[in-house]
Amino acid sequence: MTGKDRENYNKNYIEYVNSFAPPTKHFKNCIRTFFVGGLICTIGQFIRIILEKAFGLSGDELAGTTSMILIFLGCFLTGLGVYDRIGRNAGAGSIVPITGFANSVASPAMEFKTEGYIYGLAAKMFVVAGPIIVYGVLSGSLVGVIYWLLGLA
Amino acid sequence: MFEEYAEILIGFIKAFAVGGLICAIAQVVINFTDLTAGKILVIFMLAGVVLQGLGVYQYLVDFAGAGATVPICGFGYLLANGGIRGAENGLFGALTGALSSASAGISAAVIFAFLAALVFKAKSKKN
Repeated sequence: MTGKDRENYNKNYIEYVNSFAPPTKHFKNCIRTFFVGGLICTIGQFIRIILEKAFGLSGDELAGTTSMILIFLGCFLTGLGVYDRIGRNAGAGSIVPITGFANSVASPAMEFKTEGYIYGLAAKMFVVAGPIIVYGVLSGSLVGVIYWLLGLA
Repeated sequence: MFEEYAEILIGFIKAFAVGGLICAIAQVVINFTDLTAGKILVIFMLAGVVLQGLGVYQYLVDFAGAGATVPICGFGYLLANGGIRGAENGLFGALTGALSSASAGISAAVIFAFLAALVFKAKSKKN
């Protein structure tokens, strides 16, 4: 069985499986995501206000410290195994905030520590974060160069 | 005094609404396309870069505060903003500005993830 036959067979099989799976509850999913994502952002806003009012930070320092604290929380909760439990129910609500980025760095680092500190922990740390940094630097620098070329800045 | 508290409270509500909405949009995309978490993160980060490159995302940040900076598009916003600000100081600044503005986030992620991996043991995915 090769080529088109196989494709058809796979397609039929997937349709067969889908006919038994319960329909995904899109709406409920989104509501849950909305609340978890909104809550994480509200916590971020809370940290921001505390840093601004109580510690007198402003501008880049304020934004940087806020995300550092959130990343710390993300890594800490990942370490405790709490974050993955939140993520199971929250979907994108726990992936999209910066704590999800922290989770995607800390989780493989912990998991692959057994394979050694260099090819395990350090290399696998960037399985998900690596692409973000690669495309982030490429696109961010591109924006900078475009602004430089056009003399907009 | 009362007005100040009201302003803070409204800030929370805005952050909640905008942050939740961005995550909900991501969830809708996941529901209809089955993209993995890594791809969603890259797409939303790039969306932040493009929107800030066009100068739009700044309005959302001014409006919603952490509601716009905490989701991963805020990371893209930071990168693009660094590039734009660096461009004022010539080509070198334009090329280095993006990563240097993101260094707080990346450094924190590397340091805290490393510490977490040292301190904690990986839990099995099943429980």
